[in-house]
Amino acid sequence: MFKYILKRVLIGILTIFVIASITFFLCRAIPGGPFDRDKPLNETTIANLNAKYHLDDPVWKQYLRYMWDVAKFDFGPSYYYKSETVNDYINRCFPVSAVVGFLSIIVALALGIPLGIMSALRQNKLEDNITKVLTTLLVSLPNFVVASGLMYTLAYKLNILPPALWGTPQQAVMPILALAAYPLSYFTKMMKSSMLEVMDSDYVRTARAKGCSKFLMTYKHALKNAVLPIVTSLGPMFAGTLTGSFVVEKIFAIPGLGEQFTKSIFNRDYPMIMGLTIFYSILLIVFVLVTDIANAIIDPRIKLEGEES
Amino acid sequence: MSKLLEVKNLSTSFFTKYGEIKAVNNVSFDLDEGEVLAIVGESGSGKSVTAFSIMQLIAKGGRIVNGEIHFNGQEITKLTEKEMTRIRGKEISMIFQDPMTCLNPVFTIGDQMEEVLKLHFKELGKAERKQRCLEMLDKVGIPNAEERLKQYPHELSGGMRQRVMIAISLLCSPKLLIADEPTTALDVTIQAQIIDLLKELKEEYNTAIIIITHDLGVVANIADKVNVMYSGEIVETADIRNLYYNPSHPYTWGLLKALPRLDMKENELQPIPGSTPDLLLEMDHCPFFDRCEYAMECCRQSKPEYYETGENHIAKCWRYHPDFPKEA
Ligand SMILES: Nc1ncnc2c1ncn2[C@@H]1O[C@H](COP(=O)(O)OP(=O)(O)OP(=O)(O)O)[C@@H](O)[C@H]1O
Ligand SMILES: [Mg+2]
Repeated sequence: MFKYILKRVLIGILTIFVIASITFFLCRAIPGGPFDRDKPLNETTIANLNAKYHLDDPVWKQYLRYMWDVAKFDFGPSYYYKSETVNDYINRCFPVSAVVGFLSIIVALALGIPLGIMSALRQNKLEDNITKVLTTLLVSLPNFVVASGLMYTLAYKLNILPPALWGTPQQAVMPILALAAYPLSYFTKMMKSSMLEVMDSDYVRTARAKGCSKFLMTYKHALKNAVLPIVTSLGPMFAGTLTGSFVVEKIFAIPGLGEQFTKSIFNRDYPMIMGLTIFYSILLIVFVLVTDIANAIIDPRIKLEGEES
Repeated sequence: MSKLLEVKNLSTSFFTKYGEIKAVNNVSFDLDEGEVLAIVGESGSGKSVTAFSIMQLIAKGGRIVNGEIHFNGQEITKLTEKEMTRIRGKEISMIFQDPMTCLNPVFTIGDQMEEVLKLHFKELGKAERKQRCLEMLDKVGIPNAEERLKQYPHELSGGMRQRVMIAISLLCSPKLLIADEPTTALDVTIQAQIIDLLKELKEEYNTAIIIITHDLGVVANIADKVNVMYSGEIVETADIRNLYYNPSHPYTWGLLKALPRLDMKENELQPIPGSTPDLLLEMDHCPFFDRCEYAMECCRQSKPEYYETGENHIAKCWRYHPDFPKEA
C-alpha cells in the first residue's frame, strides 16, 4: 500500500512539473506583455515593473526562479492586485469553491443513489420514467442554463431565495443546486444501471436461495456491489465540479476560485493563471489518487499495484 | 410413508412479448428422503426452471401456471413469499453452476457462511456460528478453515468455491439439496471430487438431492433415479441402472450415444442431430418427432402419453403403447 502511494505521489509530482512548465512557456508565448493596458502606462513605469518582477532576466532564469518558488508552493505575487499574492487569493477564494462543490456532490449523492435504486426497482414504471426524463434533461443542460433557470424561477418569479452574492446560507442554495444537477443525473443513471446489473447476478440469486428476504437481497447483497462504480467516479466528479464551477460562480457573483480564474485571464495576470492552473492540477491528481485508494479499501478484489498479497 | 417431495403436473411459463414460453410443461415426479434424483437433458430443456420452480425463485416474467409442489406434506406453491424465505436455505437449499460468480465478491467467506445461520438459527451466538462454519468447511474438505473464513471469494479456486457453496447449502441440514449443474464449470478431476463429496455428505446427513446435469456420465454413481427432460417435459423416468442398461426413449438413446467412452476413438462422439423445438409454438405432436430416427406417422399426429416400460420405468413414446407391435 505504502509503496503504491509513494509511486503515485511521485508520478503526480512529475505531472505537475510538466504542467507547470507548459503553462509557464505558454504564458510567455502569448503576444503582449502583462502590463499592456488599454491606456498605456509610461515607459519608465513598465521598466520599473519589469525590473521588480525580474521580467527582464533571460527566460531560463525566470523559469528556474518560478519552478523553485512553485516547489515551495509559492505562486508569487499577483501582477494585477498589487497588495496580494496568488497564495492569498487561493487561501481566500478556494474555501468558497470547495464548500459549494463539496455540498453539491453531497446533494447529488444523497438524491442520486436513492433515485437510482428506486428507478431500478421500479423499472419502466411511472417513477422510473419520470426520473429518466429529468436526468436526461439535467445531464444535457449546461450548468449555466440550470443556474439561470433557477435564478429566474426561485429568485425572480417566486422570490424565495436571494438572486446572488455570498455570505448567507440562502445564497448558497442556488449555486449548490446548479452545480449538483450534472452529478445528480450522472449518479442516478449510474446507480440504476449498476443496480439492475447486480440484481441479475448469480450471487444475488444465491442470497435469495439462502433465504434472504427481498429487502436483505437488495440493500445488503446488491447495494454494496452496485455502489462501487459510484465510488470510483467520486474523485473525478468532485474535481470536475470544482474546476467546472467558473461560470456558475460568475452568474451568482460568488467570490470563488473559478471566478478568479476567469478574471485573471482577462487581466493577463500571469502568475495568477499559472498558479491556479497548477493548483487545479494538484487537486485533480489528489482526488484521483484518493479515489483509487478508497476503491481498494471497499472492493476486496482490487489489489493496488505493487502490493504484496 | 409420505414422500419428501411430490411435484404434480407442474407447468411454468415465461410471458414475453413474443408470447408464452412453456419452459416446464406438465411435469410430475417425486422423491423420498435421502434419495438422489438426476435430471438430465440438453440445454433449454427446462431443468433449471424446474428447480427454480421448486425454490419459487423463477426469473422475472415467469410463473407457475399450473400444478402443485408438496414438500414435507406442505403445498409450497401456496405459501407466501415470507413463509418461503423460511424454507429456502433451511429446508431446501440450492447450489449453482458457476461457483466463480455465485459468491458475493464483497463479503468474506465467513460472512456468507454465517449469514444462513443468522437467517435460520437466530438463537445461535457468534462463537457457535463460527464453530459450525469451521466444522462444515472441514467436512467439505477445505483445509485451513480458520484462515478461509477471513478470505474473499476471489482468493479461492473454482473447486474451492463450489465446496464453500456446498458448505453453505448444508449448514442448516436441509432435507433437500438442489444442485444445478454443480460440476459443469469445473475441471474433470475436480468434477469427480465434488460428486464424491456430495455422495458422502448425502449419506452422512440423509439429504435428498436433485442433481441437474446434461451429462449422464457425471451422475452415474450418485443418482438413484433419473428424469430425462426434453422440451419442458419429462420424456423418461427410470432407476439409474435401468436407464443405462435398458433405456426406453429414443431421446435417451441419443443422450447415451453422445457420452464419451473409454473405448472410443477421437471424433467418434455422436451428438443428437437437430435442435430443440421452439417452446413458443403450440405442439400437437411428439416434441422429439423431427429429430427422432424412429418417428412414425402417429408421432406426427398426436402427443404420446406415458407408458410403462418396466418396473418404476415410464417413457413418453408411442413405441410403448400397448398396441405397438413388439419386435421379435
Ligand atoms: N428468464 C427467462 N425468460 C424467458 N424464457 C426463459 C427464461 N429462463 C428460461 N427460459 C426458457 O426456459 C427454457 C428452459 O430453460 P432452462 O434454464 O430450464 O434450461 P436448462 O435445461 O436448465 O438448460 P441449461 O442446460 O442450458 O442450463 C429455455 O429454453 C428458455 O426458453
Ligand atoms: Mg440450467
